[in-house]
Amino acid sequence: MNSKLYARPESLADVPFHYCPGCQHGIVHRIIAEVIDELGVRKQTIGVAPVGCSVLAYDYFNFDIVQASHGRAPAVATGVKRVCPDSTVFTYQGDGDLASIGCAEIVHAAARGEKITTIFINNAIYGMTGGQMAPTTLVDQVTTTSPYGRNENQVGTPLCISEMLSTIQGARFIARVAVNNPSNMAKAKAAIKKAFQLQNSGEGFCLIEVLSTCPTNWGMTPVEAVKWLETNMIPQYPLGVFKDAGGE
Amino acid sequence: MSETRLMKGNEAIGEAAIVAGCRYYFGYPITPQTELMEYMAKRMPQIEGVFLQAESEIAAINMVYGAAGAGARVMTSSSSPGISLKAEGISYCAGAELPCVIVNIMRGGPGLGSIQPAQADYFQATKGGGHGDHRNIVLAPNSVQEMADLTMLSFELADKYRNPVMLLGDGALGQMMEPVNLEEKPLVPQEKPWAANGQGERAKPNVINSLYLKPEQLEAHNIHLQNKYQKIMEQECRWEEFNVEDAEVIVVAYGITSRIARSAVEMARRDGLKVGLFRPISLWPFPSERLLTLAQQTKAFLVSELSAGQMIEDVRLATKQIKPVHFYGRMGGMMPSSREIYNQINLILKEKEAVK
Ligand SMILES: Cc1ncc(C[n+]2csc(CCOP(=O)(O)OP(=O)(O)O)c2C)c(N)n1
Ligand code: SF4
Ligand SMILES: [Mg+2]
Repeated sequence: MNSKLYARPESLADVPFHYCPGCQHGIVHRIIAEVIDELGVRKQTIGVAPVGCSVLAYDYFNFDIVQASHGRAPAVATGVKRVCPDSTVFTYQGDGDLASIGCAEIVHAAARGEKITTIFINNAIYGMTGGQMAPTTLVDQVTTTSPYGRNENQVGTPLCISEMLSTIQGARFIARVAVNNPSNMAKAKAAIKKAFQLQNSGEGFCLIEVLSTCPTNWGMTPVEAVKWLETNMIPQYPLGVFKDAGGE
Repeated sequence: MSETRLMKGNEAIGEAAIVAGCRYYFGYPITPQTELMEYMAKRMPQIEGVFLQAESEIAAINMVYGAAGAGARVMTSSSSPGISLKAEGISYCAGAELPCVIVNIMRGGPGLGSIQPAQADYFQATKGGGHGDHRNIVLAPNSVQEMADLTMLSFELADKYRNPVMLLGDGALGQMMEPVNLEEKPLVPQEKPWAANGQGERAKPNVINSLYLKPEQLEAHNIHLQNKYQKIMEQECRWEEFNVEDAEVIVVAYGITSRIARSAVEMARRDGLKVGLFRPISLWPFPSERLLTLAQQTKAFLVSELSAGQMIEDVRLATKQIKPVHFYGRMGGMMPSSREIYNQINLILKEKEAVK
């Protein structure tokens, strides 16, 4: 029973992740792989990898991957999806990638109702480049480029991507989830699955924002990081479904 | 089937792309290439192709990257400032070896410059344009017919070498109307076993990527690219010559300027002056070898461009400066008249006389 429970999904390659201890990128990779396996679409899936800590996603997933330039994954996915309309196309992007440099691309992919799925990893920081401030960094949060804490008078307040995109008509399904405990993981998986199912039935743009830890650049142990996410990030970024154009 | 019709240069590029099997176009409006985009907007839906107006030139080139990565024949077009925005994406295409066609209908610069014709993006086009050691194949038509012919060739070369190809025109060529004959050629479907279009029956997933974290691997990838570029330099040089055999002065000009230069050369010949024209058609690879041979038999070169002098650097390199290389250019959307070029030729010939 147990061995079956922990079996590696076919959509994950048999290589160890390079992520730091306590980083939740790996958990999200696994959920995506499980969902793609369950939907039986591995051989028709094309993932678009970002520039960020998950740039090596092509080593971890066992399906076709296109590695995109920083922030442009939604445009790259648009090109792929228009050529392969029957395929399952998704982008996997960090918050620097999606909410800062790639803000235009994600907004317009949503506005076009592009039939792709976006998995958006919000860890309130630029992980790969060593912990700089992101648009999603919390007020007063210390980063290497906000060493005195994010000053809202000078650099504004956190950008709430799910709330913002849910105002766009072309967006079909927008939800924010977390993977900080088993119950939230199950909800995250259900949301991600729904986002892929809706794409495959041709219903339009779907984005799942996943609140995620970066113990390394937050300067915390993995346990402290989960606690920090729960006490600081979730209040700023409430979990839930922000848009479900199909209704429930 | 073929028919001759009157078309604008920009439209001829669009129709030729379709004849070449391009079914995906991504662009952003900018003068003086907008007719091409509008043509694609009209035509693509008629043939079940995809026309998409992107949110920016950056998005457009990244859509091209995605579509090319999925194995399609794909094109984007823009004009100077928009090409600057595409630079990072072009470098990614070169690094991941994605075949694609990028049209630059040049306008005056720098900055916002003007919407008038210019040739001031030669460096940007031929020296790579984006970051890293990469090369685009660059083709420079000088008529509406050639805009069509070289567009078709661009798609062939892009697929043959898995490399971006830039078609470099200017606002005058883009907007002038001339008869053009578009010959339908049977399409040879391109096998692209490397494309990321879903694993399907393949044994392994495909990855489109330009990242090599290990220096040894990135160097090996660069060596592979350089070997490919070497092969392109050996096999894809294209040029045209006019009256060069006995010429004492050879004018070197490409694109729209070559037409003005040709009138100047004809004028000179009528006056009994020994003058010829050398027109590079491929700007990269640059037809250096042939120019060196001509340098051995002529007395001087006159390079004419709609710039402060960019191609002239390649002419100097090619000819090893064994003969003087003169320059006459206009900038900012100004065009030289054939009389102006003729006068320059005369000056050079007179100097030669004086030296004797
Ligand atoms: C055009 C460009 N600008 C900047 C960079 C440098 N860069 C690489 S990753 C990154 C930030 C990634 O942060 P995020 O998207 O939040 O991903 P994370 O690493 O946190 O998962 C930056 C700025 C780049 N590669 N390309
Ligand atoms: S730096 Fe942060 S986001 Fe990157 S792998 Fe480490 S913990 Fe994860
Ligand atoms: Mg981040």
